Amino acid sequence: MAKDRKKIEFQKLDELPPMVQSQRSMAANPTGSWRNLKPVIDLASCIHCTICWKFCPDAAIDWVDDNPVINLDFCKGCGICAEECPKKCIEMVKEGK
Amino acid sequence: MKKVMMGNHAISHGATLARVQVIAAYPITPQTQVVELLSEIVADQRLKAEFIKVESEHSAMAACIGASSAGARAFTATSAQGLALMHELLHWAAGARLPIVMADINRAMAPPWTIWTDQNDSLSQRDTGWMQFYCQSNQEVLDSVIMAYKVAEKVLMPVMIVLDAFSLSHTYEIVDLPDQAVVDKYLPPFDYKYKLNVSDPHTYGGLTTPDWYMEFRVKMQEAMDQALVEIKKEAVEFEKAFGRRYDPVEPYMVDDADIVLVTSGTAASTARFAVDQMRKKGKKVGNLRMRLLRPFPFADVREHLKNAKKVIIVDRNISYGYHGIWAQEVKSALYGHSKVPVFNFIAGLGGRDIFPETFVEIVNKVKKLKKPDQELYWVEVKK
Repeated sequence: MAKDRKKIEFQKLDELPPMVQSQRSMAANPTGSWRNLKPVIDLASCIHCTICWKFCPDAAIDWVDDNPVINLDFCKGCGICAEECPKKCIEMVKEGK
Repeated sequence: MKKVMMGNHAISHGATLARVQVIAAYPITPQTQVVELLSEIVADQRLKAEFIKVESEHSAMAACIGASSAGARAFTATSAQGLALMHELLHWAAGARLPIVMADINRAMAPPWTIWTDQNDSLSQRDTGWMQFYCQSNQEVLDSVIMAYKVAEKVLMPVMIVLDAFSLSHTYEIVDLPDQAVVDKYLPPFDYKYKLNVSDPHTYGGLTTPDWYMEFRVKMQEAMDQALVEIKKEAVEFEKAFGRRYDPVEPYMVDDADIVLVTSGTAASTARFAVDQMRKKGKKVGNLRMRLLRPFPFADVREHLKNAKKVIIVDRNISYGYHGIWAQEVKSALYGHSKVPVFNFIAGLGGRDIFPETFVEIVNKVKKLKKPDQELYWVEVKK
């Protein structure tokens, strides 16, 4: 992930691509630090419907052993998963608590 | 093969011959037949392309941006409010250096609601980074679509083909449809070096600090400078392939003319007819038709207006509180190079007809004046 980022320095105009281009995909750009609220899933109530996984706009929910797992490196805390969960078993908890 | 067709269908055939791969469009009068025919051509599988129906012009341009980013030859068409709704994404398409081609059928801006022609819609998009080619015949419209992709893909900047509502869009003219084989030879498939690739993922257009933002703008300006070189080169190459030539400007009897009328779009052919009439009466009048708005052909304008004693710019548009927009452009090009008095007339807004007599009256008025006594003159308005 982020650890293999190497900085590429451009010195001259000719070296630049016509448009700004990242060195690799957004996977190299962890956005989890933007988060104020963190989703916490009560797996005891979860019915494994995958709706949170489908709705996450940042693909920050992994599906592991038939359970949703939030990838906190990328989750921005938008709360869409909590909003869409039919069992209301995802709670948005303030970070730092 | 020669066919009789409306300007809108000339666009559709141009896009088909250019083998566009993605078409995303939203219908608006007077553009509708462009995409109507294209949707039929795609449905009949006469063109292998994705036809994406969208919910707005903003989405149409967004879809073209996505398609072009993936390396596809993308096309759309619109008019007036539709073009205005695309505005944000016009900047994006140019800034992302995507060679999208779009037709804009010049329709006056509302309110009041109107469907008829003037140039305020396309000229309002002057500073978005799109090249703009103003056409005067259905043949030129078809040819321009093909030539536009050639130039756009060389310099990685988008092109807007501009034509008058109804005077071209719905008017039937004889159009020579080039052979597909000749077009294929002239316009090979596009191989986009920076296309999206899932096995080598990158993001494009991300946050750029003041350290580098300006360098990308330098590159856009250089691309536009190069575009002018390419357009002049393609005028020759296109003529070799198809026998028709399109230069950045089209001079008509300007060399010995005392008065030169500067016009664009279909008003140019009307002006040439008026020039013929006035020449028969011994008046030394000429016409300079502007085909390019961007990149602006500074040198050509200066060259063809260097002998004129008076220059008249007839604008089918207005920048409220200033001049007509072509007048601003041409005057700016002449500044420091010529002391010729420049007269600006505003005519034909909202689709009001511009007749040969209109130009005769304009010339007669200017003959009586040494230099302009007003910033601009309105033509044939009710008092």
